[in-house]
Amino acid sequence: MKILVPVKRVVDYNIKVRVKSDGTGVETAGLKMSMNPFDEIAVEEAVRLREKGAATEVVAVSIGVQQAQDTLRTALAMGADRAILVLTEESPEPLAVAKILKVLVEREKPELAFLGKQAIDDDMNATGQMLAGLLGWPQGTFASKVEIVDGRAEVTREIDGGSETVSLTLPAIVTADLRLNEPRYASLPNIMKAKKKPLETLQGADLGVDLTRRLTTVSVAEPPSRKAGVTVKSVAELVEKLRNEAKVI
Amino acid sequence: MTVLVFVETEAGQVRQASRSAIAAAEKLGDVHALVVGDAAASEAAAAAAAKVPGVAKVLKAGADVLAHDLAEPLADLIVSLAGNYTHLLAASSAIGKNVMPRVAALLDVQPIPDVMAIVDADTFVRPIYAGNALATVKSSDAKKVLTIRAASFDPAPAEGGSAPVEAVNVTVQDTTSRFVSQHTPTSDRPELESARVIVSGGRGLQSGENFHKYLEPLADKLGAAIGASRVAVDSGYVPNDCQVGQTGKIVAPELYIAVGISGAIQHLAGMKDSKVIVAINKDPEAPIVQVADYSLIGDLFEIVPELTAAL
Repeated sequence: MKILVPVKRVVDYNIKVRVKSDGTGVETAGLKMSMNPFDEIAVEEAVRLREKGAATEVVAVSIGVQQAQDTLRTALAMGADRAILVLTEESPEPLAVAKILKVLVEREKPELAFLGKQAIDDDMNATGQMLAGLLGWPQGTFASKVEIVDGRAEVTREIDGGSETVSLTLPAIVTADLRLNEPRYASLPNIMKAKKKPLETLQGADLGVDLTRRLTTVSVAEPPSRKAGVTVKSVAELVEKLRNEAKVI
Repeated sequence: MTVLVFVETEAGQVRQASRSAIAAAEKLGDVHALVVGDAAASEAAAAAAAKVPGVAKVLKAGADVLAHDLAEPLADLIVSLAGNYTHLLAASSAIGKNVMPRVAALLDVQPIPDVMAIVDADTFVRPIYAGNALATVKSSDAKKVLTIRAASFDPAPAEGGSAPVEAVNVTVQDTTSRFVSQHTPTSDRPELESARVIVSGGRGLQSGENFHKYLEPLADKLGAAIGASRVAVDSGYVPNDCQVGQTGKIVAPELYIAVGISGAIQHLAGMKDSKVIVAINKDPEAPIVQVADYSLIGDLFEIVPELTAAL
């Protein structure tokens, strides 16, 4: 079983971005970039499935600028077998990404596509579901546990108020939630080895996919900031403020 | 314009998150509410949806294949009904987030998740970067597929309306996805997303036992829901669905009491729209203190019992 794992290069998890002063977007120049954390979890799970013998090959894919190959090298260092970079000018929308991935799925014929549930930059939480829709495949989103049983994927999903388990025919789409696993750190020898693993580069424009954006960003603004609060000295003062000033208890 | 809202119900009432989606839809046009389930469940859900003022018509889709809100048949159903509508909406709930992007892909539409404000019929405000920036986006798609951030829209009332119910002929089928089981522990506490008061704990609690011993009595006193930071969930103090933050629940209660939570940006993203925030923390420099209306600096193991006793 082959697993396709799309990974996205995003501003590092620990960095708080600033809105550009002209309101056209957020400032990303010079910031540390990393693999989207949910995608790391997806890579880890795919590699574990291969290590358990449930999968034979893990192919990482990234779509974006040339530097996304660093993200792919990280995936390779974590244990992916080979990588494909689809070059596009800017970060395409989930709809376009899903269409590009569909082309790759038709070429690579994986039985599982394993994605992070959302990217922490645009917070769309959409690509996996959209790819599933375009392919007509079943989807197991927000996965906290994945097992391959009798040629089906049993996916335990995080839902409001708890969890549920669904059983999907293969091929299928799975998207990873936070608690699916703890991704490994790539060891130095594996980072060195990753440099020798195959990385193929494709031109997004050659894939016959319309990348036209459907959403125009009108403006990007800072969220309204909360006015500075006060430090209270005692529980009694807190209770008094909550009762008489804030009137919430 | 007429707008279709996929509506979730629970215990004979439309869920609050769905009533927020209905409220958002009212800003766009006439509201038709879609309810699904097996025959009996869809009947009960339709009765609940018909009572929500602002709903002009209820579409009831009853079939066994729709019993568990599986994305595959549900998306096909919504797509089959989409022709009549300019906008397709759902709450940004686990179900809405699972289904609506699939619907959008099938319609060749770029979905707009987590809508916080509606500027006009094509233009919407949504959070990016864990809510550290708000993007106003204009869609060129002929149909819009939106999920609605519940905390940003006052919910429509649960009662008072009497919309007509129309049964939908369900022809969708699915053989790819099968429901196996569900684990949703019942609780007497209010749901996080609709609670008026939330008592939330973090790393500072140090153990699940301390959640039980210190936070629960306080929550009991206040009739509050219990939330948690990611660290508290990852450490196994409380179940996953307690997590408040970028990738957990987005909440906006009247009162949010953060106990032993430092306030990572991902956590703040999930609760900073709360009306009043109280921070109980030993560190006066903690980020949570910067957003709190009232901060009490000290040992939570002394403060929390004292607060519980004082209420």
